Amino acid sequence: MITSFISHVGQTSLTFVHLIGRACLMLWLTLFGKPHRKLFPLFIQQLFQLGILSLPIILTSGLFIGMVLSFQGYYVLVDYAAEQSLGSLSALSLLRELGPVVAALLFAGRAGSSLTAEIGLMQSTEQIASMEMMAVSPYKRVLAPRLIAGIVALPLLTLLFNVMAIWGGYLIGVSWLGVDSGAYWSVMQGSVDYVPDVLNGVLKSVIFAIIITWVALYNGYYAVPTARGISLSTTKTVVISSLLALAMDFVLTALMFGA
Amino acid sequence: MSQKKIELWVGLFVISAGLSLAILAFSVAGLSFKGEGSSYTLNASFSNIGGLKVRAPIKVGGVVVGRVEEITLDVQSYMAVVRLSMFENKGSYPETSSLSILTSGLLGEQYIGITPGFIDDDIEMLADGDTIEDTKSALVLEDLIGQFIYSLNKDD
Repeated sequence: MITSFISHVGQTSLTFVHLIGRACLMLWLTLFGKPHRKLFPLFIQQLFQLGILSLPIILTSGLFIGMVLSFQGYYVLVDYAAEQSLGSLSALSLLRELGPVVAALLFAGRAGSSLTAEIGLMQSTEQIASMEMMAVSPYKRVLAPRLIAGIVALPLLTLLFNVMAIWGGYLIGVSWLGVDSGAYWSVMQGSVDYVPDVLNGVLKSVIFAIIITWVALYNGYYAVPTARGISLSTTKTVVISSLLALAMDFVLTALMFGA
Repeated sequence: MSQKKIELWVGLFVISAGLSLAILAFSVAGLSFKGEGSSYTLNASFSNIGGLKVRAPIKVGGVVVGRVEEITLDVQSYMAVVRLSMFENKGSYPETSSLSILTSGLLGEQYIGITPGFIDDDIEMLADGDTIEDTKSALVLEDLIGQFIYSLNKDD
């Protein structure tokens, strides 16, 4: 009883260390060493897959989140006759938290899951093994362009999300609820700073992008090559990368805005 | 889809993201190319600065003319020493000027207000490194309420 418990703890920690080691080795082999000679066209293709095809969901959710934020903020602020601060409320919460986090969660659901499924299917149809047979490194040919494209795509999507959400907030706040348009922008400009708010938000989304693409590629590459295995890996990608991004968000917020 | 078309879309995507960074910088964060220009330093000591913070504005008649650069405590006199960074393009002030710590609105942020003094033949203008002698401390709301209650009780 007690020995089986101890051996279970040992097994779990060994599996965990094994997993971390494999994931780091995969990242190392993907990023370092001689790149594939067609890296740039492959990267552009993946940027299209991960970035452009995620645009519809990112832009519409940005618009609606900005609109909802404006509605809810207005009903609290109007009690204190402070509805002029609606612009700064929505811009600060979007730039610092909601923008990077919601865009990251949507990206994990839209792009992370498709990455895992694609690479898992390559693994199960033995495309990756045949690449190795032809002395083409699957790390450089398959994983590297996807990793770099993911890291580039999410910050760009986050910027577009933020602009869309602030515009949505403006629509509701100014055109519907009647906040003064000049006050909306001037209070916003007075309270938002470029480096601590805008650039810290972008830095956050770069870190989320690394986490999400890394988890997605790992789960795809080491998927059990069956239908059941690929479906499990896809689920794992979305769950684990969302949780890691949220936990990382807490740490980053404490570091950036806590002091 | 052909490689050419994909490149076109990706280019559009990257350019529009760059544009949104510019919108966030200039229209949302209010960044401007002008900056705040060169500045000179003044010192002032207060017996109580209330809730004054570093980077709080310094205003003359409501116009921002500088920022609080540093707040330290003079351990000999137990006075709060505030270093002010004044914008050079907003002019200089006579040494008879006085400083007071004010609050914007009833519950707003605290800032430093300058009341410019008179100018006479033997009055010099404040220059880099000078100290303003005439300062008024922050108004502490709790003290004010305490005095008010005390004065009510005395009438009984």
